Amino acid sequence: MSNARIIWRKTVNYVMLTLTGVAAFGVVSVLFLILGYLIWNGGTSLNLNFFTQLPKPVGETGGGMANAIVGSLKLLFLAAMMGLPFGLLAGVYLAEFGGKTFSFVVRYTTDLLNGVPSIVIGIFAYSLVVLPVKHFSTLAGGVALAIMVIPITVRSTEEFLRAVPGSMREAAMALGASQWKTIVTVVLPAASGGILTGMLLALARVAGETAPLLFTAFSNRYWSQGWGQPIASLPVMIYTYAIAPYDDWHRQAWAAGLVLLGLVLVSNLGARFILARTKAI
Amino acid sequence: MKKTLLVVWLLLGAAAIVAAQSGTVLLNAAGATFPYPIYSKWFDVYHTAYPNTQINYQPIGSGGGIRQLQAGTVDFGGSDGPMSDEQLAQSKFKILHFPTVLGADVPSYNIAGVSGELNFTEKALAGIFLGTITKWNDPELTKANPGVNLPSADIVVVHRSDGSGTTYIWTDFLSKVSDEWKNKIGKGTSVNWPVGLGGKGNEGVSGLVKQTPNAIGYIELVYAAQNGIAFGKVQNAAGKFIKADLASVTAAAAGAAKNMPDDFRISITNAPGATSYPIASFTWLLIPAHIEDAAKRDAIKGFLKWMLTEGQKYNEGLTYAQLPKTVIEKELKAISLVQ
Amino acid sequence: MSATATTIAHEVPPNTGLRAFVRKLRSGDEIAHLIALVFAAGILLITSLLVYELWRTSYLSRTKFGWMFFWTRTWDPVFDNFGAAPFIYGTLVTSAVALVIAVPLGLASAIFLSELAPRKVSDIISFLIDLLAAVPSVIYGLLGIFVVVPLMRTTLGPAIKSVLGFTPLFSGPNYGVGFLTAGIVLAIMVVPFIISVSREVLLTVPREQREAALALGATRWESTWQVVVPWARTGIMGSIFLALARALGETMAVTMVIGNDPKITASLFAPGYTIASVIANEFTEATGDLYLSALIELGLVLFLMTFILNGLARILIVATERGGGRPA
Repeated sequence: MSNARIIWRKTVNYVMLTLTGVAAFGVVSVLFLILGYLIWNGGTSLNLNFFTQLPKPVGETGGGMANAIVGSLKLLFLAAMMGLPFGLLAGVYLAEFGGKTFSFVVRYTTDLLNGVPSIVIGIFAYSLVVLPVKHFSTLAGGVALAIMVIPITVRSTEEFLRAVPGSMREAAMALGASQWKTIVTVVLPAASGGILTGMLLALARVAGETAPLLFTAFSNRYWSQGWGQPIASLPVMIYTYAIAPYDDWHRQAWAAGLVLLGLVLVSNLGARFILARTKAI
Repeated sequence: MKKTLLVVWLLLGAAAIVAAQSGTVLLNAAGATFPYPIYSKWFDVYHTAYPNTQINYQPIGSGGGIRQLQAGTVDFGGSDGPMSDEQLAQSKFKILHFPTVLGADVPSYNIAGVSGELNFTEKALAGIFLGTITKWNDPELTKANPGVNLPSADIVVVHRSDGSGTTYIWTDFLSKVSDEWKNKIGKGTSVNWPVGLGGKGNEGVSGLVKQTPNAIGYIELVYAAQNGIAFGKVQNAAGKFIKADLASVTAAAAGAAKNMPDDFRISITNAPGATSYPIASFTWLLIPAHIEDAAKRDAIKGFLKWMLTEGQKYNEGLTYAQLPKTVIEKELKAISLVQ
Repeated sequence: MSATATTIAHEVPPNTGLRAFVRKLRSGDEIAHLIALVFAAGILLITSLLVYELWRTSYLSRTKFGWMFFWTRTWDPVFDNFGAAPFIYGTLVTSAVALVIAVPLGLASAIFLSELAPRKVSDIISFLIDLLAAVPSVIYGLLGIFVVVPLMRTTLGPAIKSVLGFTPLFSGPNYGVGFLTAGIVLAIMVVPFIISVSREVLLTVPREQREAALALGATRWESTWQVVVPWARTGIMGSIFLALARALGETMAVTMVIGNDPKITASLFAPGYTIASVIANEFTEATGDLYLSALIELGLVLFLMTFILNGLARILIVATERGGGRPA
């Protein structure tokens, strides 16, 4: 092989490999840019008012998003109560019981449901929960989020259940445990770290969803009472304030973005921590 | 670890349920963004005066107000465009219109180097929004603005992307002054715009105009005033270039007060009168004629009465004109129609 | 049969009917099986219900417009004439722009992380990139409005225009919002998916493959690009499909930066509209049943697009598994 050719190949090698490094660091720096921008813009607007005050009328400063923070928590609570057990049990079915074709169909449908755009789920929840009772409600928002939580939970539950070694199941059965007892007392606890991680990640994912809430939970200037009234939520408030021309609202949108991102990142980190600890065991 | 998580969730749930207060009347409303500044002020002041009543008004656009009211998901709505005969006929229940304030649509713009007030003829506005006039130094604009250095830049048109009464007022005016507009586009809360970017709400449009050089958009007077956006004068039916302000809007409504129909649906765009501002309008609250829930009914009627008497005092502070006295008296009588 | 009833009193009753079913249930296993089955079937129920609701509520629009809906370009609420073409166009264009930007960037990063970086560095960076994937869409929208749009308007746009302004793709005025901006924001959102899945797949390529290539005299790059990456082809394609599916349905970030104008224009600087955005903007306000029905039909179209995409992805994986003859 000629010298020139070798030099060419070596140059290409060097250039391409450097480019890949540039790409990787470029992507990571975007993350830091996002965090930095949020911390910079949001941090300065984070004050006690933000966490304790209700929104104020247009033009008056000093308003906050206390109701939106609580609202997001209430919505997540509903999504967890309705979606997590559903996803868990369906995941158990797929990993422990499933028949061949039925499982295939369920898995395919779960992937399909996972891929449904969140706005379409919003339409569905609107016609299912809002129209029949004729008002927007926290419940409707919770249902929309729960539908999104289910496929994510099913997948991760099934994955972690399958990862439990067959030997554990066999040992339990050899000791006389029935199948359901094995699942409940041996398999589930063994996979619990991963399953919990999956659940936490699912909740973190829907915590930031805006589109499905637009026509289910709607929004609320005041505290929302019970579960049947419209409710404010952080993502919807960020959206509404961001597209407005008021600077005070922009500042609050940044602050809310910081809080939301903080919540999501902390959950993600927490989930990974749990997973790492259980793996270590 | 899992047990504590479970307990925390349950406590949160319990707390949320316990936090639900009783005895408060919560009214949900939605609609026009046009009057949102004054409505948000009113509902806030009213709540302070009557702490048992909470009115949650979401500014999603007049189209939204009409739609959600008809779907029954809100207790009342707000709209800058009165419901048409077909819409009223299609509605499953009777809806009453109550004018609340007077406002105006203004052409706001953001042109580098132009800080004064531009004059817009009717043909200019129609041409810009039809897309037939594309540059700022078009003859139709320069001849109305001698002495102003208009650049040869492309005009960036901004309109509403949501169903809006502000759009209704604007297109109502354009339909009256331009046959081409009337036949091609028509008037409505949402139309098929030939050109332009869409912004969501008055806020979205004013935000876009503020951020985009050489942009022009139609927004409500209050939003232009509050955000320091330059806006121009519009030529009225008498041929004069009028700037939108309390006086010119009130002048436009003066004639209307005499001819106010019983259902309060009236258009005052292109109103006669030398000092009338041509793109003015009432904005209405849409109230169902029959409300089952007695507490809600009383709350709404109470608010309406307060709005027509006390509430009007806040109008001018936020650059909305007050309703003419004759209209107020007529409305006070009409409140009894809500049963 | 009363005479024989006493003689067969000791026989076990036949294994049919409700009684037999309940008898079977006495075993805890069967109960557990049933409960889990109910929930698994529940997923089928939810999805079918979703499709049914979409189908039912879009009835008015489907019957009025028929197949024409797909290529009608008007969206006119005043004269009640609705067509999906501008929105399908907008959805496809923004997703295409996103992929054009994200795939090279993502693949390159994945290669770096799997082949070149020391394991610890690779783990930390991919951890950070996974966090990027968790950032909610509305926050990308925030950044889109306040960072990308001004950047596009003042710096990026003019720069691109000065070089490529003569092509139809980059002609026309530059507003800051538009297809290109939306595509860029989408690219930032989907690149973490491409990276994390591709990296994992690349890591599973057996060492022998790399070593064989190197032993034959290939450079690091050649061994990576010509041996390792093709081996991981299916997984990488899978990650691209994943990214595409996410881009198609993305609502908030796109709505905030696309300009909201239902037109089909060649220029990437022009404002546009995607299916998800128009639904988000106009759903609560669609006055008139036909209008609402048209919006829901758009939702159905979007659902169909993701359905087809999922199907294609699966076929691709199966086909490559069979044809390539290498373990997936």
